[in-house]
Amino acid sequence: MSTGTGRNGGRRGLAGLSELLFGPSFRHGVHPPDSKSLTAALPIRRMPFPDEVVLPLRQHTGKPSRAIVQVGDRVERGDVVGVADGYVSVPVHASASGTVTDVGWWPHPDGSMDTAVRIQVDRFAPQLPRPRIVPHWEGLSADEVRRAVQDAGVVGLGGAAFPTHVKLNPPADQTIELLLINGAECEPYLTSDHRVMVEHPDRVHFGIRIMMQCLGVDRAVIGVEKNKPDAIARLRETIPADLDVEVIGLTVKYPQGAEKMLIKAVTGREVPSGKLPMHVGAVVQNVSSIAAIAEVFETGYPLIERIVTVTGPGVRKPQNLVVPVGTKLRDVLEFCGGLAPDATEIIFGGPMMGTPQPNLDVPLMKGTSGVVVLTESESARPQVMPCISCGRCLAACPVFLNPSRLGQLAQLADFERMAEEYRLNDCMLCGSCSYVCPSNIPLSQMFALGKSGLRRVQQLAKEKEAEKAREEAARTAADESPDKVQVVA
Amino acid sequence: MTPWRGTGWGERAGTSATEDPSLRLMPSPHLHAQDSTARIMWTVVATLVPVVLASVWFFGLGVLLVIGAAMAGTMITERAFGPGGALRDGSAAITGLLLGLTLPPGFPLWMAFLGGAFGIGFGKLIFGGLGMNIFNPALLGRAFLQAAFPISITTWPAVRTGGEWLTLRGDLLAPPFMGAGEVDVVTQATPLGLWKFEGEIAGVWDLLIGSTGGSLGETSALLILLGGVYLAAKNYLNWRIPVGIFATVAGFSVLFRLIDPTFPGPLFMIFSGGLVLGAVYMATDMVTSPITNGGAWIFAFGIGMLVVLIRGWGGLPEGVMYAILIMNALVPFIERITQPRVFGTEPKAKQAEGAA
Repeated sequence: MSTGTGRNGGRRGLAGLSELLFGPSFRHGVHPPDSKSLTAALPIRRMPFPDEVVLPLRQHTGKPSRAIVQVGDRVERGDVVGVADGYVSVPVHASASGTVTDVGWWPHPDGSMDTAVRIQVDRFAPQLPRPRIVPHWEGLSADEVRRAVQDAGVVGLGGAAFPTHVKLNPPADQTIELLLINGAECEPYLTSDHRVMVEHPDRVHFGIRIMMQCLGVDRAVIGVEKNKPDAIARLRETIPADLDVEVIGLTVKYPQGAEKMLIKAVTGREVPSGKLPMHVGAVVQNVSSIAAIAEVFETGYPLIERIVTVTGPGVRKPQNLVVPVGTKLRDVLEFCGGLAPDATEIIFGGPMMGTPQPNLDVPLMKGTSGVVVLTESESARPQVMPCISCGRCLAACPVFLNPSRLGQLAQLADFERMAEEYRLNDCMLCGSCSYVCPSNIPLSQMFALGKSGLRRVQQLAKEKEAEKAREEAARTAADESPDKVQVVA
Repeated sequence: MTPWRGTGWGERAGTSATEDPSLRLMPSPHLHAQDSTARIMWTVVATLVPVVLASVWFFGLGVLLVIGAAMAGTMITERAFGPGGALRDGSAAITGLLLGLTLPPGFPLWMAFLGGAFGIGFGKLIFGGLGMNIFNPALLGRAFLQAAFPISITTWPAVRTGGEWLTLRGDLLAPPFMGAGEVDVVTQATPLGLWKFEGEIAGVWDLLIGSTGGSLGETSALLILLGGVYLAAKNYLNWRIPVGIFATVAGFSVLFRLIDPTFPGPLFMIFSGGLVLGAVYMATDMVTSPITNGGAWIFAFGIGMLVVLIRGWGGLPEGVMYAILIMNALVPFIERITQPRVFGTEPKAKQAEGAA
C-alpha cells in the first residue's frame, strides 16, 4: 500500500524531502508540544450518570433546535427534547431518563446564556433507550440515510458541530470523488479521536461504508497524524477487503486537522478562498463523527453521548470518558478526581482553539471533544510588547496571511482594509500566529473581533444605503407630485 | 470568592474536589511558544559578546569604554524618555552595543554617548518607540556622528601590538566640545581605505580574523558570522538577508573584476569594512527590514548593490551604513509589493492576466 509520497505527481525540492521524511502536509503551521501522553494509552471508560443533565438547544452550527418538552415531563433516554428547526439544524435528545425540571436560561459553554432543557436524572431508571427499529442501511436511498443522520442529531464531533447531514448533501452540480476522514487530531492534549481509532476501527470502517454509499464515492482516505502509529496500524489492518480505504500518516503539525489543510496534504489541492471542500470534490468528516454515524446504524440510538478527553496537568486523573451529552463540567471534573490546586484555566476543546470556561455548571455538548485543565506553567504568557516585525506569524499562518499587518489594522479598527487588502475572511482563527508571536500580541483574538467588526460595518453601510435609497425615492416622489411633500416628510 | 459563584447559577456549593480554583479567562490559543521579544533581543546581545572580546584582544581594554559610552547613551535616553520598563526588552542595549561596534577604537567617549542618545531619541523614540522606527537606530546614531565629527570617526588607531592592554589610545577621554585630534596616536588605515586611496588589497585571512585596522566590530568577520549562524538557526534573524547581501556583493564584484582587473575580488569585498557586521546584525534588524521573505531578498539585493556602488564609485571608502539606511526607507514599499499569495487564491501575476 502506498504511503503519501508520489501522490499528485510528487513534490519537488524541500517539500518533497519533508513529505518523504514526515508524511504529506501543508505549508507553514506550528509545532506546539502535543502533550497527548497523559491519556493516549488510556482505554475509553464510561462515566456514571450524573444527577442532572442540561441540554442546550444550541449545540450545533445553524439554527438551534426547538424544545418540545415542558417542565414536569417524563423523558426516557434517547427521546427527542428539541426538534430540528429548519434544514441546517438537528434535534436534541435526552441523554438520560428523568424528569424535565426547567426549560430556560443556563450558562452556555460559549460564555453566553442560552435556552437549555434541564433533566433531573432518575436514579433508578435502567437508562436503556426505548427499543428502536434499526434501519438496514443497504436498502436506504441517499435521502433516507441523510434523514436518519439528521434525526439522530449527528453533528461534526471535531468541535465545530456542523450538522453532518448537510455535508452529505452536496449540490447536484458538484461531483464528489473523495471521502476524507479527519483523524489528524492536531490539537495538543486531545486523544478522543485517537482512542476511537484504536478501539473501534471497525466502527470507523462501517461508518465510511455508509457514507460512501450515501455520497456515491468509491474512494476514502483516512488522514492520521504520525504521532498515532497504533491508530494507523489498527485502521490499516481492519480495512474490509471490499472497501477502497487508504490510511495516510500525516506530518505532526498544527493545524493539520483543519479541513483545508487536510485536503491540501492528502490531495495537494487548495480549496479556493471562500469556497467549501466540495469545490475540489472532497467531503471531510471527523473520524468520531463517522463512528457516531456507524453507531446510529448499528443500534438505532441517536447521538446522546460522546467520547471526551478530560486531561491536562490541572486535573488529577486524566482519562478518556464516554460522557452523556449535557453532563455538567463539575460532575466530569469530580469523576476525574477534581482539580489540582494549581489549576488556572479550564478549556472546552483543545488548547489552541478551545473556549475557556469560567463556570463549572456549564454542560458538555455534542461538540465538546475535550476538557483541558491547564496550570500556571502552561498558561503563563510573556508580557504583551509592540510588534517588532519578526515575521514569525507570516511563517506560521497556514493560509499565508500577513497577521502582523492585520494586527496593526485591527488596532486602527480599519476592518474594511483588513478584509479587502489583507483578506481577513480567509483567516480561520487557528491561533498559530498568536502562538508564535514573541511579543504575545493577541492576534487571533483581534481577528475574531475584526470579523465581527466587519460584519457590523457592512451592516451599517447597508442600512445607510437603504436609507439613501428611501430618501431618493421620497425625493423623486416629491418631485413628481409636489403637493405630496408633506406626506413624505 | 470563586468566580463562577457570583453568577447566581451555581446551585451547589463547590465540593472539595472542585473548590476555589481561581479560573482564568483568556482568549484562545491557550498555549504560547516559549519565546519572547526580550529573549530574542538579549540573545542577540549575547552573541555579540565574543565580537566585543575579539575587539578587546585587538585594541585593548579601552574599547569597552567606547562601547560602554554608546550603551550608556542609548540606555539612559531610553530610560529617560521611553516607556516604563522599556530597558528590560533589551533593544536599547543592542542599539548601543551595535553603535559602539561601528566606532573607531579611540573614539572620544562623549561623542559615543551623544551618538547613542541621538540614535535612540531621534532614531526610535520619536517614531513611537520599539517596533515603530523606520531606520536602524544604531546606524542613524552613527550617521549623525559621521556628519558631526567626520575626523574623529575616521581616525583608526592601529591594532594592539604587545602588551598595551590598558593603554587608552586616541582621544578617548577628550572633554566634550573641545575639538579632537590633539593626541598623538599611531593610526592604521582600514583595508577599504587602503584599497580606495592606495590601491592595496589586504589578505582575506587577516580580514577574517580581524587583525586589520577599522572600527571595533569591523574586525572579526569570523566571530560575527558564527553569531549570525547561531541566530539564524534559532530563527532570530532572517537568513535570507545576509545571504542575499553577500551573494549580491560577490556577484557584482566578480562582474566588475571581469571588466576592470584592479577591482578587488568578492572575498575582499565581503570581509572588509563593516559589511559582515552590517549584513548579519544591522540589516537583519527585524523592525527595519521587510517582514515578507520575498521582500527580504529584494532588500538584501538593494543593500548589496548600493554597497558595491558606494565603495567603488562613491566619495567614501565604506558604504554599508548608507546602503542599509537607504533600503530601510524603502521597506514599507517593498512589503507592499511582496505580500504573500493567500491560500486558495491565484498568484498575483495570474490574477492580473485574468483581469487583462
